[in-house]
Amino acid sequence: MYKIKVEKRLEIPRYFPVLIPLFSITISLILMGITIWATTGKFSNALEAYKEMFSWPFIPEYGLSDTIQKMIPLMLTGLGLTIVFRMRIWNIGAEGQLYLGAMATTWGALFFLKDFQSPLVVPILLILGTMAGALWGAIPGVLKAFLNLDEIVATLMLNYIAYYWVNYLIYGPWKDPHGYNFPLTAMFPEHTWLPNMGDTGIHLGIFIAFGMVVIVYILMNKTRWGFDLKVIGDNEKAAKYAGINTKKNIIFAMMLSGALAGLAGAIQMLGVQHRLQHGFSPGYGYTGIIIAWLSRLNPWATILVSFLFGGLIVGSEQLQIIMRIPISLINALQGIILFSLLASETIFRYRIRIVKR
Amino acid sequence: MEMFTSVLAAAVRSGTPLLFAALGEIITERSGVLNLGLEGLMLIGAITGFVGAYTFHNVYLAFLLAVLVGGAFAFIHAFMSITLRVNQVVSGLALTMLGMGISGMIGRKYIGEVIPRFSEIPLPYLSNIPIIGKAFFNHDILVYLSYILTIFLFYFIFRTKAGMALRAVGEEPSAADSLGINVFLVRYLATVIGGAITAAGGAYLSLAYTSMWIENMSAGRGWIAIALVIFAAWGPFKAMIGSYLFGGVMAIQLRLQAGGKVSVSANLLMMLPYVVTLLAMVLFSFSKTFRQRIGAPSALGIPYSREEKT
Repeated sequence: MYKIKVEKRLEIPRYFPVLIPLFSITISLILMGITIWATTGKFSNALEAYKEMFSWPFIPEYGLSDTIQKMIPLMLTGLGLTIVFRMRIWNIGAEGQLYLGAMATTWGALFFLKDFQSPLVVPILLILGTMAGALWGAIPGVLKAFLNLDEIVATLMLNYIAYYWVNYLIYGPWKDPHGYNFPLTAMFPEHTWLPNMGDTGIHLGIFIAFGMVVIVYILMNKTRWGFDLKVIGDNEKAAKYAGINTKKNIIFAMMLSGALAGLAGAIQMLGVQHRLQHGFSPGYGYTGIIIAWLSRLNPWATILVSFLFGGLIVGSEQLQIIMRIPISLINALQGIILFSLLASETIFRYRIRIVKR
Repeated sequence: MEMFTSVLAAAVRSGTPLLFAALGEIITERSGVLNLGLEGLMLIGAITGFVGAYTFHNVYLAFLLAVLVGGAFAFIHAFMSITLRVNQVVSGLALTMLGMGISGMIGRKYIGEVIPRFSEIPLPYLSNIPIIGKAFFNHDILVYLSYILTIFLFYFIFRTKAGMALRAVGEEPSAADSLGINVFLVRYLATVIGGAITAAGGAYLSLAYTSMWIENMSAGRGWIAIALVIFAAWGPFKAMIGSYLFGGVMAIQLRLQAGGKVSVSANLLMMLPYVVTLLAMVLFSFSKTFRQRIGAPSALGIPYSREEKT
């Protein structure tokens, strides 16, 4: 007699960290196809959607530069979140931190450094955005460290505040007087732009983003500080007994995470948009949460995952243009990816064996 | 006085979606499950209610549908956090994204359409009480439902055996288990019913508060409700007071915008509810009870497993 037995795996195979994310993305793409099939009533529509999704964003003459453009802010916000998620601090505020970064950079480019003609102006503007993001991240960090305030709700409230703040500026004092009343600022002067590489349509921000991957990797895996963060995440009490200053580390990690999101906003302004406008972020900060989680908090993996998600965003924008599929598809897709990722992480911890009774 | 009454009435109206969401979360969290997907559930409730009323021209049926579909979506979170024991924070975020995405996709067709809505039914005698009569008893039936629900939940949680079981599961699941309480069943029920009530708050937005569908129309109310549950120390009546306070802030903000008497930008006024939530959290956190989260279920967010004792 044989019977089916479900048992816990003693060790997790090495290929799992790659297999599980791929598996969950596949599942959600299958569900996407079914949804399109069901809502439009034609199976061929689903096939066409897949074809667009997998070709357009990755073909050099078409969407590839767009994909890479979107990959940069995703990578940076995702990286920032890997730092805090390791401490089990749930910073949901990358979106707001990115908004603040974009806002500070805009202020610098349009007002503060308008007439400052120097090669230094781009780095200064980037730093300005980074600092603004760090500051916006520091607020919930300080509140968490000293008052034990729930960081999830605090960061979310700050997202809404940042959103309306930017709206206030672009509908009000910063509105372009020659912009036909659209909610956007004037174009930045050209010397503040982040240059493109030749005619590829990809700006130099990509190198900054890669540089940050290396820095975060070294910080997290090769320094004492990175180790401290992990200890705080695993067991806060033990960390205290070991003499780790948890308060200082929480604030610092939140600032770093906010800084990277702010940098993403700054790069987006100087490299792509060259002006602050309504809805400039399709939720980079929220997608960053999934990037961090799918990368299993590994800085190197964020490169690949954010490339893939850049493609997903560009692909779904394309689907909206040619097939009139609402852009909210990307949100639903992200939710499903996250669910199937969570589920498969648990399910694959077990294995099914057929054993002799 | 007239003014005071009308502001109070407006506070009740804009506080009701918050109250439904907070009551739902209180049930869920009392069982030890943390559901951060309120924002998504409210949107699911709002769109289901809208489509239901659009299709069937019947607000009651629409509301019922919204509650059922909300429960179904909360079931996903229940399965994830109770059976699969995944990280409840991330699962809740996934639920929010899913709700935003699905409601946005479905709602696309319905932007600009108008549906029938719940109308005001002044309660006899009660609505004639000076000042508070008009403020509390001159509303639609869903507002009255939220009053009944608040009273019922208070009685249920603190005065019944089943409520005691619910609290026991949230405080000390292994002890509850040893007493023969089915921890998994209680948590499933609490999460699904709590989600259904939260979706009712969303349905209130599209079926009573407005009669339109607006993308992301919950506008952060789900998150404010999560903060409210903490302020309310997991108690229904305190949640009610909190909801009306926040509803009042939202109502005043709308009134200032519409009145046009103040020369403040609409966008700055729109910030107000979020700023107030954050400030309230900070002020509250100076009190010791809040900081140490007295009243929080001890097993909140911790999955229960018979094999692995934590």
